[in-house]
Amino acid sequence: MGMNHDMIGHVYPPSKPYLVTSENISAFVNALGDSNPAYADGTVAPPTFPIVVTMNAMDAAFHDPALQLDYSRLVHSDQKFEYLRPIRVGDELTVSASVEEIKPLGTNEIATFKTDVFSGDELVVTGWSKIVVRGPEA
Amino acid sequence: MTIKISDVSVGQELPALDLTFTRADLVAYANASGDQNPIHQDEAFAKSVGLPDVIAHGMLTMGRAIQVVTNWVGDPTAVIDYSVRMTRPVVVPDTTEGSIVSFTGKVAQVNDDGTVQVELGAVFGDVKVLGLARATVRLAQ
Repeated sequence: MGMNHDMIGHVYPPSKPYLVTSENISAFVNALGDSNPAYADGTVAPPTFPIVVTMNAMDAAFHDPALQLDYSRLVHSDQKFEYLRPIRVGDELTVSASVEEIKPLGTNEIATFKTDVFSGDELVVTGWSKIVVRGPEA
Repeated sequence: MTIKISDVSVGQELPALDLTFTRADLVAYANASGDQNPIHQDEAFAKSVGLPDVIAHGMLTMGRAIQVVTNWVGDPTAVIDYSVRMTRPVVVPDTTEGSIVSFTGKVAQVNDDGTVQVELGAVFGDVKVLGLARATVRLAQ
């Protein structure tokens, strides 16, 4: 049994607002080991910071029973971000996640989730996460 | 020094970066990102699901690879888009040396609108850990 293809195009309700603080930015920058002076004052977030909110939003989708996704067989295979502007301290981020594509790939299935990241009403980043759900062992 | 679009040509290589991944880095990234999947911290668990050892978060590798670009341009907010395929994991043993990943970048395209597309590479040992890794960045005129 695979994923429910009727869910293609489904849009999930927006995630709860996430306030970007300089502490959150600095912890992320330090974990990356990024010494770029642009991050020194903790006001601007690095390019992959949006994953902090998009992954949570997708997790909610992954566990939606209607999607029929076997979470234990899931691998995150591709990630893309398009930036309208950088994320900055003080942004209140919400994510609108949707199911863009579900298709078979051999015995596996791949699905692409689109995640629009807003600060207030302003779209700031769009992310796409492709996952592979491994099929049953032969 | 600011890189200008007029200074850039297709095929140009960006300064490469060798970065170390340790278990402590994975714990720090798990806490900063919220991704507490035990395959990134718990050796026994990782082995129980068929992995050779603890593996790094693919998103940590992605977050480090872009430093080749952002170190080069200086301003990280100049990145317009960024995408990767996580092809193979970075295996991180419990040693002080950790695992070293070599990150590279090359100018693939110079566009009329003042942007540049960079192709990134990430190699651990002799294994490519990222594929289809590319970023578009806006440069000074």
